[in-house]
Amino acid sequence: MGTVAVHGLCKSFGKVQALDGVTLDVPDGSFFVVLGPSGAGKTTTLRAIAGLEKLDAGSVHLDGRDATGDAPAARDLAMVFQSYALYPRHTAYENIASPLRARRCSSSEIAAAVEQMSSLLHIERLLQRRPAQLSGGEMQRVALARALVRRPRAFLMDEPLTNLDLKLRVEMRTELTRIHRSLGATFVYVTNDQVEALSMADQVAVLKEGKVQQVGTPTEVYERPANQWVAGFVGSPPISLLACHAEGDRLVGAEGWTLPRPRWTTAEDGRPLLLGLRAEDLSVEQRGDASLSGELYGLEPLGDRTVVDVRVGTEILKVKARPTVTGTPGERLHVTVDLDRAHLFDAGTGLSLSEAGR
Amino acid sequence: MAVSVDEAMSTGPVRDHTPPARRFGGRGRSVLEIALLTVLAVVMLFPVLWMIETSIKENRDVYAIPAKFFDFTVTLDHFKDVFVASSGRSALSASFLNSVVVAGVSTVLATVLGVPAAWAYSRFAVKAKKDQLFFILSTRFMPPVVVVIPIFLMYRQVGLIDTKLGLILIYTAFNVPFTIWMMKGFVDEVPAEYEDAAMLDGYTRLQAFWRFTLPLLLPGIAATAVFALIFSWNEFVFAIFLTSSDDVRTAPPAIAGLIGGTTVDWGLVAAASVVFALPVLVFAYLVRKHLVAGVTLGAVRR
Repeated sequence: MGTVAVHGLCKSFGKVQALDGVTLDVPDGSFFVVLGPSGAGKTTTLRAIAGLEKLDAGSVHLDGRDATGDAPAARDLAMVFQSYALYPRHTAYENIASPLRARRCSSSEIAAAVEQMSSLLHIERLLQRRPAQLSGGEMQRVALARALVRRPRAFLMDEPLTNLDLKLRVEMRTELTRIHRSLGATFVYVTNDQVEALSMADQVAVLKEGKVQQVGTPTEVYERPANQWVAGFVGSPPISLLACHAEGDRLVGAEGWTLPRPRWTTAEDGRPLLLGLRAEDLSVEQRGDASLSGELYGLEPLGDRTVVDVRVGTEILKVKARPTVTGTPGERLHVTVDLDRAHLFDAGTGLSLSEAGR
Repeated sequence: MAVSVDEAMSTGPVRDHTPPARRFGGRGRSVLEIALLTVLAVVMLFPVLWMIETSIKENRDVYAIPAKFFDFTVTLDHFKDVFVASSGRSALSASFLNSVVVAGVSTVLATVLGVPAAWAYSRFAVKAKKDQLFFILSTRFMPPVVVVIPIFLMYRQVGLIDTKLGLILIYTAFNVPFTIWMMKGFVDEVPAEYEDAAMLDGYTRLQAFWRFTLPLLLPGIAATAVFALIFSWNEFVFAIFLTSSDDVRTAPPAIAGLIGGTTVDWGLVAAASVVFALPVLVFAYLVRKHLVAGVTLGAVRR
């Protein structure tokens, strides 16, 4: 068993409301990612689960039992810190052994467990070194080993890959997913990197300013963002948002363009809306019946694709195109829109209006 | 003009027309600096030098007019007199022992009380933390001489006048605020995450402090304790007001007590002062070393 449930977490630091009623339900054995920009309250949420943060309000349930006031040691959790927090005067071996020492395991048990973990993470040759003699990636592995050496209720990870270089980060992503699958344990993983969230998670919770914006599978969060902010935060290049309103069977843009009104919208005429268009649902190469005209603003070749910036009025659309696409800035062109995959948001509340029709 | 990368990177020709800014004052200024510093050094060091000379001069050389700087007879009699009297151990040596006890115990007490307090102020959300810390510091604002009369009256009421315990308590009270402030800086330098990690490993908060934070604080504790020790060792005002008998008195008032009466044995005063100053010099040297260690303590990936 390893379920983690938090309900109505509130925490303020002085005047800053770090958590504002955060409620999450982490099922047993899932890889649960808490995603959000810095300052969203992700780390505070994790620290609240770990018992390192005294809450203003709310409760933490572990395996269905109320653990709100429990000491961290009593919660039976393991955590990987963003800074790794390896004990500087202890060797890697002693660092990994620490959770077992705290639980008074025999030295033969400890030796066996440390050996098993270090071979899993390929750090056997580092065991006698101190943290100062390890590289960032090596420290990260030792920190991971310290967490994994025990079988806690759940693993908490606070941006464990953020301090690694890109290549190592991609490698560790795969490795963490593999470890999660082989252990079948519950992971609560905090990150501000949406690629990490989308590629590793079973479930993603998107946090902003201490409030949960949306919880769902990576596909749900990407394909059906609950509001304009989630749509803008998840996805790269970011979604393009155009101000418009419905008029009969047309969508009329603030910049004068018109598009056929998608069948699924329920918004009444005249209500201010935002049309959300992802780069991959736009095309500059084919012509369709739903298209916008604009001028080429810039090209961003990214190797496997090129992102074409198209200016429609004063707004910029990001369009994904083949890497071979060419053009000169200022050139007129048409952008074809896949309206079935477009998103509509209420311009006032930011909430998605797409959900109902799909 | 086309400049190749190598030329652009070269520092050779640049050096000719941009001398370091410090040199703009010319050579004259540095000569003036050295001259001033020399005068200052002589003025500052002369009393120390004179004290050391007097302590090893024979009495007739001490009182010689004009004063003898170099050609005097060296003797260690004064140092013998500091420790040994005709009746056995001298009163001065007893006062040195009292100083060791009072300064040592009050420093240990201040450290034992101050370090955990500093840790708590650094780690926990304490209500009105800044006000509390300011209040703690404010006890050091007033010089001892301002508060010594009320303390004298209070001590007389509770029977702490002329006791070592009385001195120990007042020195501890003065050193605890200092220890809290110094140590809070050192504790702030140690990431709280070590304790967080230890607590998740299964240790209690206090175990986490004891096993993981405290060892990292040792250089800072050493530096702080040495400062506290020097304060207690040198303290004069409380000692002279609150103690009177020879078996309680610490060294500073005891040495001061040698001056007065019809004749002053300057050789003995100087020798006692040298003995008194030595521990402070040694500890001051230690502080220097430990302060460096304390500053480089925070070498942690953040």
